[in-house]
Amino acid sequence: MVRLALKVLGERTITVVPAGCMSAVGFIYPQLCFSNNAIISTFPGTASMLSGIAAAVKAKGHKDVHVLGIAGDGGTADIGLQALSGAIDRGDKIIYICYDNEAYMNTGIQKSSLTPFGAKTTTTPAGENIRGTLTSKKNMFEIVAAHDIAYAATASIGYVQDFINKVYKASLVEGPSYIHVFAPCPTGWGIKTDETFEIAKEVVDSGLWYLAEYENGEFFLNKNPKEFTPVENYLRKQNRFKHLHDEDIEQIINARDSKWERMRRQWNNK
Amino acid sequence: MNRPPVTKYIKPKHIKDYPVGPSFRAGYLTSDNSGWRTVRPIIDQDLCIGCQQCYLCCPEGVIYPKEGKVDIDYDFCKGCGICGKICNHKAIQFIKENK
Amino acid sequence: MTALKKFISGDDAVAEAVRLVSPDVIAAYPITPQTVVVERLSEMVEDGSLKSEFMHVESEHSALSACIGASAIGARTFTATSSQGLLYMAECLPYASGGRFPIVMMNGNRSVALPWSIYGDHRDSLSQLDSGWIQIYVEDAQESLDMTIQSFAIAEHQDILTPVMINLDGFLLTHTYELVTIPEKDIVDSWLKPLENKLAMDFDNPKNMAFSSQPSDNTEFKYQQHIAVENSREKIIEIEKSFAKVFGRSYGGLAEGYLYEDADFIIITLGSVTGTCRSVIRDLRSEGVKAGLIKIRFMRPFPVKEIIEYTKNAKAIAVLDRDISFGYEGAVFTNVNSALSRNNNISLKMNYIAGLGGRDISKDSIREIFKELKEGLIKKPSKTVKFLNLNVETDDNINEEKDNIPQHKSEGVLLWS
Repeated sequence: MVRLALKVLGERTITVVPAGCMSAVGFIYPQLCFSNNAIISTFPGTASMLSGIAAAVKAKGHKDVHVLGIAGDGGTADIGLQALSGAIDRGDKIIYICYDNEAYMNTGIQKSSLTPFGAKTTTTPAGENIRGTLTSKKNMFEIVAAHDIAYAATASIGYVQDFINKVYKASLVEGPSYIHVFAPCPTGWGIKTDETFEIAKEVVDSGLWYLAEYENGEFFLNKNPKEFTPVENYLRKQNRFKHLHDEDIEQIINARDSKWERMRRQWNNK
Repeated sequence: MNRPPVTKYIKPKHIKDYPVGPSFRAGYLTSDNSGWRTVRPIIDQDLCIGCQQCYLCCPEGVIYPKEGKVDIDYDFCKGCGICGKICNHKAIQFIKENK
Repeated sequence: MTALKKFISGDDAVAEAVRLVSPDVIAAYPITPQTVVVERLSEMVEDGSLKSEFMHVESEHSALSACIGASAIGARTFTATSSQGLLYMAECLPYASGGRFPIVMMNGNRSVALPWSIYGDHRDSLSQLDSGWIQIYVEDAQESLDMTIQSFAIAEHQDILTPVMINLDGFLLTHTYELVTIPEKDIVDSWLKPLENKLAMDFDNPKNMAFSSQPSDNTEFKYQQHIAVENSREKIIEIEKSFAKVFGRSYGGLAEGYLYEDADFIIITLGSVTGTCRSVIRDLRSEGVKAGLIKIRFMRPFPVKEIIEYTKNAKAIAVLDRDISFGYEGAVFTNVNSALSRNNNISLKMNYIAGLGGRDISKDSIREIFKELKEGLIKKPSKTVKFLNLNVETDDNINEEKDNIPQHKSEGVLLWS
């Protein structure tokens, strides 16, 4: 995902990655895996560091530079939300990609505000009394859009070409852009590594995630399936949802349906 | 393939040989990560039609286009198996890694 | 040279200095008593007299995080904060110094909640003494301006590459008006070289920055950082000399000694209270009391040599701390004492905790300190750490235990070497 984004954006891209699994694996002296200019930020500081870089790019008169941030769901929707909001508000020319694997994975699968209802994590264990996460996934895409951002989109690594197109679109924007990518974590979700893409595709096909864009003040659905694939199939493949009862799944389906009812009513088709 | 070559890391002898502050040459690789692999993907060049879906989806970027088809950089392949599932032509099979 | 003279506050003086230096990026969040700095800078950007990217950040954490990002690609950066704001950006402080980002920050010294107080003391910046920043404390508005300019030269020196925090006492200095000489921009431009940071990102030779290091290398990075700050002492003095040559003002290096040579009694200060102490010392001198003063200008690197040198004839010293580390003593006293552990001629070392949360430190109370030093030589006071001007009566047994540690009978024999 990172590699694809950088392939689209090119060598004159400055990448900011907060402290997290990506920096913990690829960024330990002396092994440094980014070929372009890249820097680790503090956990809450992805967006603020991005906009500092963007300001300096402007002040120094560098041309044709992309400033790309790549942060996870916790770094984006929880601890980094304030800085992200500030950066979007300032209108800095930055591209912010949130790779959403629906929990704090680097520290060992703890609940974030993007963990969906029902999912088991190490801080929302599934037991006799509580069946995993009780809250529902924070609506980051629309929170970002509510800033009247120049460009925002959702994507999934299960739909690679769609993601690539959106990164390209973001690169053309004169201002902030945000892409929220659904990116399964095999370890955290209890799936096999080779199932990653299928799961990321199925989440879209079952309607639990959606491909959409926000530009010029309007929402667009990129994919509006006539029929969804069964939610149960998607959930049952993952260990984190194994404990769910039928009524829990019913609840998930109802939430999906009311969300789609609203999106179909209010958003444009593309 | 534009992956930087693996450079043997020589531990600094003098403090001046360390980078000043945590700032160093980008893309400095001192080791491969093929050791993570338990299965090895093999491309059947007869079945491969060169659609490059595997090149696009490989999370490690170890599959690269070659003469209209694709090849694999085994130094960095972790054997995740995604390419095998992606391939619509069953051109990528996995064999157990013997080490 | 026709330098301009203006009647301005400490905050204004810092803003004027920043205009003269013109950083590429300024990112700051308003907080009392620093607010005037960001207001002035914004006005300067608006009227075109300051060509900086002024970032309206949404918090102090973001202010410093943005400066780090900007600094990473070689931009000259400035931020300003105070108190709660400094603490809110605390995560970024060692990040900036560990990454060797030459950022300059003004801090308006203000008390730290709780209880809430917008007034001054040094508990904000002294709590961050170990963050790896060079810390400067100034006495008046002119020194604020001059040291803000010098801060950039210090931080950006390629052998130092360490962020600098310049501290102004909240209100007493930030909001007090004085006549300040403002140098001409051309002269500042020719004195302060443009920043060329060899560590910064480069499109031809890309860098990976702010990486992790394993236990096998971590200590080496920290050692490097320590040596850079340790060795900055000489360079700081050189920078001051070169500044003095061009601008005609200097302040005495890492610590200024005032009437110290023959002084029996020395008071050690930080910041604006120094002015009051000077005046008391002049009075005492006219009365025949051999009083002197050391004004600590840099808390990091700490002026060890200067303090030993300036106290070599002293019989008693008092450290005036606008700080308290609860359960022990003031941070300045701890540092001074550590330096003086190498010099054992001083019979009495006292720590006065004063001026917390903006409480006035009067000339009378400073006279009282000197009186106590004099009396203390005859009869050792029961306590080393004393709160100055407590408004209420107290049960004075709090410090007894610590101060009445049994003395080793074999006095003069070194138990440890």
